[in-house]
Amino acid sequence: MRNVLVIIKKQLKDTLKNKTVLIQFIMFPLMTLVMENAISLPDMPELFFTKLFSVMYMGMAPLTSAAAIISEEKEKNTLRVLMMANVKPWEYLLGVGTYVWILCMAGAGIMATGLPAADVPFYLGVMAAGFVISIALGACIGIFSSNQMTATSLFVPVMLVFSFSPMLAMFNDKIEKVARIFYTQQLRVLMNQMSFEGIKPESILILTVNAVLAIALFFVAFKRKGLE
Amino acid sequence: MISAKGICKSFTDKEVLSGIDLDIKPGKIFGLLGPSGAGKTTLIRIITGQLGFDSGEVRVFAKPVNELTGDDKKKIGIMMDDHGVYDRLSCTDNLKIFADIYGVPYSEIGKALKETGLADSAKKPAMKLSKGMRARLQLARVFMVRPKILFLDEPTSGLDPMTMKYIHKLILDRRDSGCTVFLTTHNMEEAAVLCDEVALLNEGKIVDRGAPSEICRRYNHQKTINIHLKTGEDISLVHGAESAEKISSLIEQGKVETIHSSEPTLETVFIELTGRKLEAEEEIRYA
Repeated sequence: MRNVLVIIKKQLKDTLKNKTVLIQFIMFPLMTLVMENAISLPDMPELFFTKLFSVMYMGMAPLTSAAAIISEEKEKNTLRVLMMANVKPWEYLLGVGTYVWILCMAGAGIMATGLPAADVPFYLGVMAAGFVISIALGACIGIFSSNQMTATSLFVPVMLVFSFSPMLAMFNDKIEKVARIFYTQQLRVLMNQMSFEGIKPESILILTVNAVLAIALFFVAFKRKGLE
Repeated sequence: MISAKGICKSFTDKEVLSGIDLDIKPGKIFGLLGPSGAGKTTLIRIITGQLGFDSGEVRVFAKPVNELTGDDKKKIGIMMDDHGVYDRLSCTDNLKIFADIYGVPYSEIGKALKETGLADSAKKPAMKLSKGMRARLQLARVFMVRPKILFLDEPTSGLDPMTMKYIHKLILDRRDSGCTVFLTTHNMEEAAVLCDEVALLNEGKIVDRGAPSEICRRYNHQKTINIHLKTGEDISLVHGAESAEKISSLIEQGKVETIHSSEPTLETVFIELTGRKLEAEEEIRYA
């Protein structure tokens, strides 16, 4: 367990100096605060920007940062040094995953400042679940990629699909029909209802299938490629 | 300290190592010499337990390599040619990561940086270090844990002569403090300076082994003395009483510019054994 904490500590230090990863964690919380306070249009749904950006944040930040961190370590051969220092692959992946999840949750905490206090636990629960699925997908891409360039070419389309489809679904019914099979769209639906009572079995089923697929894909990727 | 018997390793249909036997005594520097692609890094990866092998036996600390515990592994320091450092982190922060993993007190970080001549660059991000300084940072990383066995894969590859000399001194200091060093290189001068024993590896097989001076003597077939005279003339004399008289006479007459015995270098021995140059690939790479 000590090695997991070492990895988290290392990432915290590194992220403060890694602008490309740092911006992933800061951009959407900052945009949410600015937009919610700066823009107010008639007939605009309540907390429109918070909900919109939350889903985009969920589909983008954990996925891209997990993939970028793992692929960079592989490309620069620092991951091999860690493995030879007797850090187990699961310790490394758990460390990176936990670190990304904590930073994303901190970002979600900032985004939740505009919500009524009663809605905050539900909102954070939804965000936490979304972050876990996105981290698993990001880790898959990181494991599959031998360098950062390959990781970028893989995570950009995946991230675009998951983070932008819920927004496009708001304006187009056909896209909505396709997007509903994605976890980000289902979590957006849950966020609109903002209550545990309103959760439909269909949403639970789709979220479960997405989570199982992401985790299964992660194990397949790990079994085939390991961390070499 | 390290022993291997009959190690064989193939990748797909290509045999990379074939029947490798090793017996490395504690407190010695063992050099594995061979051109790029000879199988040196593969052998290190097998001995350090990073890579499996098809047949044979490897023992480290008198235990089969796959039975080494976490504590055993903490006594092994590995510096591979392609290993990286965390570019954005300072030298100190780079070492702190491994101090945390190995449970080494932070006070050792300063000592390791001082030992490797990086004390003044302790706060510098690794990305701003020169190639030689990065190599020394990697050495500081392995030195910090005070290993009993040190594996160094091409530790001075591509470094300038001054840095190379500095690293040689660090390695010799480690050996003098009782550490066993396993080093791979294609630089025969480096092997001659550092190693107590070398093995010449070619196409996955050890073609000869022994102390560098002993190997060179063993392949001294010519047994001649080569003299370059002040007139520009070169003469070769075979070992013998007659030659001794002639050499003495030439020296007395002040005609001798340089005088050398025909004893081969490790490189010429390697060429004789394999028909390949040790640094051929490197020369092509830097051409």
